[in-house]
Amino acid sequence: MRKVLIIGATSAIAEAVARRFAGSGDRLHLMARNPERLQDLARDLRVRGATAVDCSPFDAKDHAGTASIIGQAIQSMGGLDVVLIAHGTLPDQKACEASFDLTLQELDTNAISVMGMLTYLANYCEAHRHGTIAVISSVAGDRGRQSNYVYGAAKGAVSVFLQGLRNRLYRSGVRVLTIKPGFVDTPMTASFKKGLLWVSPETIARGIEAAIARGRDVAYLPRFWLPIMCVIKMIPERIFKRLGL
Amino acid sequence: MELCGWGRYPRIEAEMTLPATRPEASAAVTASGSHTVIPRGLGRSYGDSSLAPRVIGTSRLNLMLDFDAASGHLRCSAGASLADVLEVFVPRGWFLPVTPGTRFVSVGGAIASDVHGKNHHLEGCFSQHVVELDLMLADGRVVTCSRSRHPDLFHATCGGMGLTGLILEATIRLRPIRSAYINQTTLKAENLQQVLEFFEMHRRSTYSVAWIDCQATGASLGRSLLMLGEHADDGDLTVNRRPSLSVPCDMPSPLMNRYSIGAFNFLYYHRTRARQTASRVHYEPFFYPLDGLRNWNRLYGRRGFVQYQFVIPTAAGPQGVGGILKKISESRSGSFLSVLKVFGRENENPLSFPLEGYTLALDFRIGAGLFDLLNELDAMVIDHGGRLYLTKDSRMSESVFKSGYPRWKEFQDVREKYGLRAKFSSCQSQRLGL
Repeated sequence: MRKVLIIGATSAIAEAVARRFAGSGDRLHLMARNPERLQDLARDLRVRGATAVDCSPFDAKDHAGTASIIGQAIQSMGGLDVVLIAHGTLPDQKACEASFDLTLQELDTNAISVMGMLTYLANYCEAHRHGTIAVISSVAGDRGRQSNYVYGAAKGAVSVFLQGLRNRLYRSGVRVLTIKPGFVDTPMTASFKKGLLWVSPETIARGIEAAIARGRDVAYLPRFWLPIMCVIKMIPERIFKRLGL
Repeated sequence: MELCGWGRYPRIEAEMTLPATRPEASAAVTASGSHTVIPRGLGRSYGDSSLAPRVIGTSRLNLMLDFDAASGHLRCSAGASLADVLEVFVPRGWFLPVTPGTRFVSVGGAIASDVHGKNHHLEGCFSQHVVELDLMLADGRVVTCSRSRHPDLFHATCGGMGLTGLILEATIRLRPIRSAYINQTTLKAENLQQVLEFFEMHRRSTYSVAWIDCQATGASLGRSLLMLGEHADDGDLTVNRRPSLSVPCDMPSPLMNRYSIGAFNFLYYHRTRARQTASRVHYEPFFYPLDGLRNWNRLYGRRGFVQYQFVIPTAAGPQGVGGILKKISESRSGSFLSVLKVFGRENENPLSFPLEGYTLALDFRIGAGLFDLLNELDAMVIDHGGRLYLTKDSRMSESVFKSGYPRWKEFQDVREKYGLRAKFSSCQSQRLGL
């Protein structure tokens, strides 16, 4: 029975992951913005077999407050085996181009707040020489492109931060997993037209569970995004800058 | 966004909201002001039952809420699918008391269509295993209804096609099982007369369904394979999850034509040599054979297809079914694999489809002369005192509907009483004069 903390638990991917952990009988602590949804989700996970489920509403913008909530969550579980950071928003790229305030907000939600949480969690896990820290980044963080570079910048920052963390925490036996999903059909992407590359949150959740179990460092999900992003990253800048991606 | 039913005909432009909590659902229902809305689960009804300019999708209201292992009562959100329920509860030794031919329908949808399965003759419809439900009315108010609380609203909602409000949660009674396997017996029937005799002989069988070749003519009219099933006592309780294929995109419309369909039917009928074979199968292929081919509706191409399911009373007899079958086979526009079942008694819900008699379900590809043929079939069905299944319907006329469902007035009265008529309406309800 593992002790699992999920931050941003009401996001579609996180809910699907939580269900997989519940099915294994783990003990869960959920953090999310919407208290109603959180309580309903907790009931769902208990029915599905979670040993215990506790909830803490939180606001990612409140960095200090969040760190304290994380501390309390770990204490109430009596330890921490796995933490999944899954909260985030999808910025409206055009709106961000027009307003730096909005850009700043999006960077705060998707990058800075994550780093705040990681600072606390890394110190805790390092001190206990135990744990898996998993964070949902994105393929968008692999290369900036015109259609979503604010999102890409945030996720890219997170991915680089995680690389450093992985390096630092290796000596303590703490695992750091960077999850890079491609196109996922969730409420966050409801307005997008779905094509062949789109998958369900359940598919991503299966991949996340497997990646955690195998102690992987970076997981492109589904796996076909690894070769796709390799190619994308190799395109010379003088060509890439002309593309309409 | 463009929305359609499983038959992909008709299609309309609609706005869909996906509330995730009760307050969001209330906002979605009341915010549309004077516009009408219709709830939508997984969109597996075939026609326009969940089509309207504004649609409230329930896919985010998909949580399990409580389970009582002593009674088998499961409380869940209406957007949870039957597949979700099976995935969680089969390993614990529980099954659905009634299940339709696909597990990808929502609990709310199963109630609103009052779905039936291969065991109607013994267990009735899905609603007969619903203990109570929470329904959101036009003003956002939530009412709990059951056979003892607001029974008129409860019975109208079961089979009510979403026209009585948004079902938020329901308590359903699961049935215990010892194994995920079914002992299946397959009987080969040479014609309609024979398969109906077999149905009668095996009327105590827990599950029974016949796959009928509706293109066969003459002495072979109605040749079919009758499948009987019983829950096995031995075997494990795994949810099979066999790898499923998917039809990746629309197939060209001419793919499904009378030659390809005819060939398929011939091969399918002759796949068993013996008169009678017994085997043990997992519940998935027994109950959900088509779920193994995701998006099978794409086989009919962009034009889509029409599903037609009717029931005629036992009194109409094999002659009644035979006459209709003959008309279909002569028209040469029938489907591959049609399904014949025998229904038990009607229940108390005013718009519930099954009544005691014979039911036949088939697909028709859309082509010249189809709608005239269907009108002729309608006349034959009504003549025999039967009716059509609203969940499959995409073109029935108001008069055929009202002839088939004489309690429609009672249904309307309930909608009036609870202030629902002005708010909840679909393309289908408009067409049917509801």
